[in-house]
Amino acid sequence: MPVPARRSTATLLAAGLLSVGLVACGSGESEDADPGKPGDKILTIYSGRNEQLVKPLLDRFSQQSGITVRTRYATTAQLAAQLVEEGDRSPADAFFAQDAGALGAVSKRKMFAALPADAVQKVPQTYRSRGGEWVGVSARSRVLAYNADVVPAAELPTSVFELTDPKWKGRIGVAPTNASFQAFVTAIKVQHGEARAKEFLAGLAANEPQIRENNVKIVEDVNAGAIPVGLVNHYYIGEVAKEQGSTPEALKAKLHFFPGGDTGALVNVAGVGVLKRSAQDPDTRAFVDFLLNPESQRYFAEQTFEYPVVAGVTGPAGVPPLADLDSPDIDLNDLDTLDATIALIKDSGLVP
Amino acid sequence: MTATTTGVGPARTGPARSGVPAGLRRLAPRPALLAASTAAVAVALVPLVYLGVRTAEAGADRIAAELWTSRVGLLALRSLALAAVVTAACVLIGVGAAWLVTRTDLPGRRLFAVLAALPLAVPTYIAAFAWVSTVDRLEGFWPAALVLTLCSYPYVFLPVAAALHGADPAQEEVSRSLGRGGWRTFTDVTLRQIRPATAAGALLVALYVLSDFGAVSILRADTFTRAIFIAFDLGFDRTGALVLSCVLVALTVLLLGGETLTRRRGARYARLGGARRPPLRLRLGAARWPALAALVGVAALALGVPAVSLARRLAAGVSRPGALTEVLAAAGNSLTFSLAGAALTMLLALPLGLLTARAPGPLATALDRLAYLAHALPGVVIGLSLIFFGITVAYPLYQTRWLLALAYATLFLPLAVGAVAGAAGQAPPGLEEVARSLGRGPWTVLRTVTLPLTLPGIGAGAALVFLTGMKELPATLLLRPTGTDTLATELWTNTAVGAYAAAAPYAALLVAISAVPTWLLVARSGLLEKEDRR
Repeated sequence: MPVPARRSTATLLAAGLLSVGLVACGSGESEDADPGKPGDKILTIYSGRNEQLVKPLLDRFSQQSGITVRTRYATTAQLAAQLVEEGDRSPADAFFAQDAGALGAVSKRKMFAALPADAVQKVPQTYRSRGGEWVGVSARSRVLAYNADVVPAAELPTSVFELTDPKWKGRIGVAPTNASFQAFVTAIKVQHGEARAKEFLAGLAANEPQIRENNVKIVEDVNAGAIPVGLVNHYYIGEVAKEQGSTPEALKAKLHFFPGGDTGALVNVAGVGVLKRSAQDPDTRAFVDFLLNPESQRYFAEQTFEYPVVAGVTGPAGVPPLADLDSPDIDLNDLDTLDATIALIKDSGLVP
Repeated sequence: MTATTTGVGPARTGPARSGVPAGLRRLAPRPALLAASTAAVAVALVPLVYLGVRTAEAGADRIAAELWTSRVGLLALRSLALAAVVTAACVLIGVGAAWLVTRTDLPGRRLFAVLAALPLAVPTYIAAFAWVSTVDRLEGFWPAALVLTLCSYPYVFLPVAAALHGADPAQEEVSRSLGRGGWRTFTDVTLRQIRPATAAGALLVALYVLSDFGAVSILRADTFTRAIFIAFDLGFDRTGALVLSCVLVALTVLLLGGETLTRRRGARYARLGGARRPPLRLRLGAARWPALAALVGVAALALGVPAVSLARRLAAGVSRPGALTEVLAAAGNSLTFSLAGAALTMLLALPLGLLTARAPGPLATALDRLAYLAHALPGVVIGLSLIFFGITVAYPLYQTRWLLALAYATLFLPLAVGAVAGAAGQAPPGLEEVARSLGRGPWTVLRTVTLPLTLPGIGAGAALVFLTGMKELPATLLLRPTGTDTLATELWTNTAVGAYAAAAPYAALLVAISAVPTWLLVARSGLLEKEDRR
């Protein structure tokens, strides 16, 4: 039986593919989930913060401390789910999360150890957990991003609640699946009660907002004039400017900080918690100290455009200092009633 | 050699099962195959065990509260509608393109055979992102249907093109000689000949649409998968997500049941021997121009839009990917993870595929169907279930490439089983019968006759699993070894902070590497053979 050349080629390729696969798999490096021992100079960090934003900082930590950092990057929500699924056997030493809500969710499962008091006391009480299970390391304010060509500054709302006015119909960008939006809705509940939060979401949904997957897309579209205004965190304007090779000041997208303690100006944090197993590990202690030292705090201000949470470090350029923000008087520890918020957001029809 | 199969979907042009099983059964070491197949299916069902355990933990009240809402009904309707629309469109494009490149004198048809298969190399999240950045305010059901169709019609095109290429022209000739016209011969004979291939491809498309998250999340089409991802994002609502996943499994059962029914009713056509002859090619005449325009149009939408969009993003942004070593490391990881996944999947698929082809029966059918159950689950659920499995059962494997390979195996097992069963089904059982009659034992026959005959199918299956693994993101994010990046995860990392220019090279490399196995699949279908070699 003559065998067509094509077939024998395919056969060879198939055999080759398999054998290469097997060889590749056999050459196992030291990849496993070994949790290590305290003080072994190896640290496993689950980072819900983006690799692009924090890798340089973590590299610097490794250099300065001699501690090898193994970092797992994924979304904050996925890592929280992963940690909860892993439970006591998690190989993670620390969880570096994008928002306080996720830290609260893991903390509720009693998975975090209390952080050393002297380490976290540098941070104001509002930006860390009451029981000391997690501490904020950088702060961000909710803002209204607006395109200065489309919306004159004089027309900007003085309160986030004005966005339910019909004049904003179809003109607002929202990312309802984003954790910071959820924290903001929870804050409305804490400040004004559940009825008001429900009413606001219903009004917002009735105004047919432009739903986006995340804050970056909203700021891009606002900058391009496709959406006049959008509810986002303040620092995304820095990321969009960076990609365009320009500065936040040069963008068409501008930031409006709601005045008068309005819920729309909520300040939230990205923070870190240490897993119970690593409570006594000097390496994790070194890591928490590192994130709160002035040099790292400056990194957040300069590189990620966020507010430092430790006193004495200058904030990011082009935005009012944290102390001057008229942010609502809300303790982040009170934002842990996420379930009710989710139910509200689901009922509003902003998400499927 | 008469047979050609493709890697996509179980080819069912093999010998009629009802007629031969008693003879076939003797050809294979049935108990061993059965045991190995059962083990393979057990592995594929690990995610379902997890789903059952975790959902049951939530308690009946909570489940009922999540389940009996109009939202779930609406999501089910939308998901099924999306699957139906995309599947119909894929069948139309897939069969049309396959017919044009195999049965007409279309100019450049070998080029078009490759172009028509190439969208398989484009992940839906890249395609959807390209479309969103090209057309303003693109969102909802129909845009998602468009992108999903453009990315998944090759699942139909490849098996149908292979079936058309390998079909026995005698039946068409008989039909014509009995007075049927060209069109009636096409509908009454040709379409029936390719029906098993079409159904298999259509099933893969429908299941893929149910599991896809890239297109539906970027284009905001409200389906189960999007709702499941959102449930995780929204306050880490595991119970809500898992209840939705259970409904998704139920929908999968529904689809599988429907497909099994059509399969039973469909007659099978096999070439009964004799030399291979090429079918007559229809002269298109002036109709060649609209035909060409249609193929060029599909290629422009499926490949051109992403390519132009990537190039524009690269030109517009100032971010750049990391050092060349970082890019190469990511490519290397993508390669090794996908290869490990392909190897493991083939290992599991081989007994099941051989069992389906050589020892068919209700048990083999049941095992084959069970292997599909996890196929429509979104990657994030597979990821979490294997975290659960790794933590509780296989801790030494946790966060190693092996657990990731296992995830690929549970996700893509049906693709591989189909390829193996197709190739084994088309290899003439006569050769094995001769070997048996000459006194060789079943194992020796398996090793020396059946396996070599099935090798091309193994290659095609491995190529398909490899390329699907390259594109996989959610399970890879959850299960990859700590500190390793793949092309897909780098793409995700960069786009998440708006560094699109930095992401573009990773996307291009991902598509370029995935194009190699795609080309292999086209070559396997015999579509690239020169006319004079037939």
